[in-house]
Amino acid sequence: MSSLRRTRSVALTVAWRGLHNAFTNPALLLPSVLFPLFFFTAFAGGLSGISKAPNFDFPSGYTSFQFVFVCFQAAAFGGVFTGFSIAADFEFGFARRLLLAAPNRGGIVIGYALTAMTRAAFVLSIVFCAGLITGMRVDGSVANLVVLFLLAMATSAVSTLWAAGIAMRLRTLQAGPLIQMPIFILLFLAPVYVPLALVTGWVHTVATYNPVTALLEAGRGLISGAPTKTAIAAVCLAGLFGLVVLWARGGLRSAERAG
Amino acid sequence: MSRALLRSPTLNQVGLLARRAIVRTSRQPAQIVFPVVFPLILLAVNASGLSAATKLPGFPATSYLDFALAVPFMQGALFASLNGGQDLARDIQGGFLDRLAMTPMSGTALLAGQLGGALFMGVVSAVLYLLVGLAFGVGIAAGVGGALVLLVLAITISFAFACFGTFVALRAGSGEAVQGFFPLFFVLLFLSSAFFPRNLIAQDWFRTIATYNPVSYMVEGIRSLVIKGWDGQALGMAFGIALGAIAIALFLASRALRTRLTRT
Repeated sequence: MSSLRRTRSVALTVAWRGLHNAFTNPALLLPSVLFPLFFFTAFAGGLSGISKAPNFDFPSGYTSFQFVFVCFQAAAFGGVFTGFSIAADFEFGFARRLLLAAPNRGGIVIGYALTAMTRAAFVLSIVFCAGLITGMRVDGSVANLVVLFLLAMATSAVSTLWAAGIAMRLRTLQAGPLIQMPIFILLFLAPVYVPLALVTGWVHTVATYNPVTALLEAGRGLISGAPTKTAIAAVCLAGLFGLVVLWARGGLRSAERAG
Repeated sequence: MSRALLRSPTLNQVGLLARRAIVRTSRQPAQIVFPVVFPLILLAVNASGLSAATKLPGFPATSYLDFALAVPFMQGALFASLNGGQDLARDIQGGFLDRLAMTPMSGTALLAGQLGGALFMGVVSAVLYLLVGLAFGVGIAAGVGGALVLLVLAITISFAFACFGTFVALRAGSGEAVQGFFPLFFVLLFLSSAFFPRNLIAQDWFRTIATYNPVSYMVEGIRSLVIKGWDGQALGMAFGIALGAIAIALFLASRALRTRLTRT
């Protein structure tokens, strides 16, 4: 069997197991579905009044504006929840057996990433339907939405590799806060509630250089049918992907050394 | 009289259990740092991200930081409920409660002592949030007396949530169940007027939920002291709801404790 086929075989097996666990255990699936739905409801419903603030300019409406944030948040948290599963696999000894059995260990990480991306796609489809039911305006074309979806999937892969790097280094569920806090902070240090121009203070400075800002602006451009900064968002994701691949590979090596 | 009280076995038991709860909480930095720091980060982010809201006609404050200072107090209260509940659930799962049940300790002492740790966290976080707010230029419209009342209200609210956390822990007896209830408390906060004044919420359905949500009135009570001054109605509602919640939660918790001790 070639190296590529072995990797694919391991990745698909790990992904299948992860998806089977997630979709047959409501306690694992429900939080990843309910949290984005809840944030969508709370932000789009409770804060919509802010769209009447001077210089708030987003013609597609505040629900669409918030949908894009929730979309990337759901994608990123798909990776976070998968990171929890990796940590649990190590804590309960399954991952060690997996490391022994897998002919290509890189395939394990790819498998986890596939799990996260599939979970994120499932959650995104539910949030999207919820948005449409509550009157969300989609001014972008189908092609625009496909690009938005691809950006979200890439975000999910990046967050999974970040989470995998932490989980494989610490190999305990206590790594949970360390997995999710940086992602949570990165997401919220971006123009979440209003366009960047209306964000004030030090958060404006941080948000200007935060790659999540590029993602949100690209996503909001795509959903409103006026694509902007899509290439910058793609470049940011590619750069982050390169970094987290190295990070996850280091984590895998650390887990291998620990036996 | 006071010496007699100090010698009272129940008070002694409460003191011992409360001391244990406080020591246990203070020995787990993750239980202190995250619940205290997370609300402050969210406050900083929201103060910048939602500052444009202050330009809306009818917004009740000139600074969003002033308006939002009430939120960390509520989030701190939620984390206190989670931590208090989880500690008690761990005691149940680990068999500590069973061992206590075989001693002459009274149920009242057990409940009061367990809540000691949560109350301690409530006091620490409330003082810290107030100091941070003052350091970043928040003015308390009700003055020094208002700041003291704010602390008392925040601690009362924190205690109310801790009582509910204790009830859930006693009823379910597992840490997972307490964790599972935490999002429900969090939903109550987000579906309230915590981030936007009720009169400016554009969506009717959301405004209706926020109006019937008791958390809105707790937030508005704290907020009134910061941005309005002395508002008897807002304070009365906030204290009334918090004390009512304490009474209900303690009643439920004491019943759950009785059931659990009977099972033991």
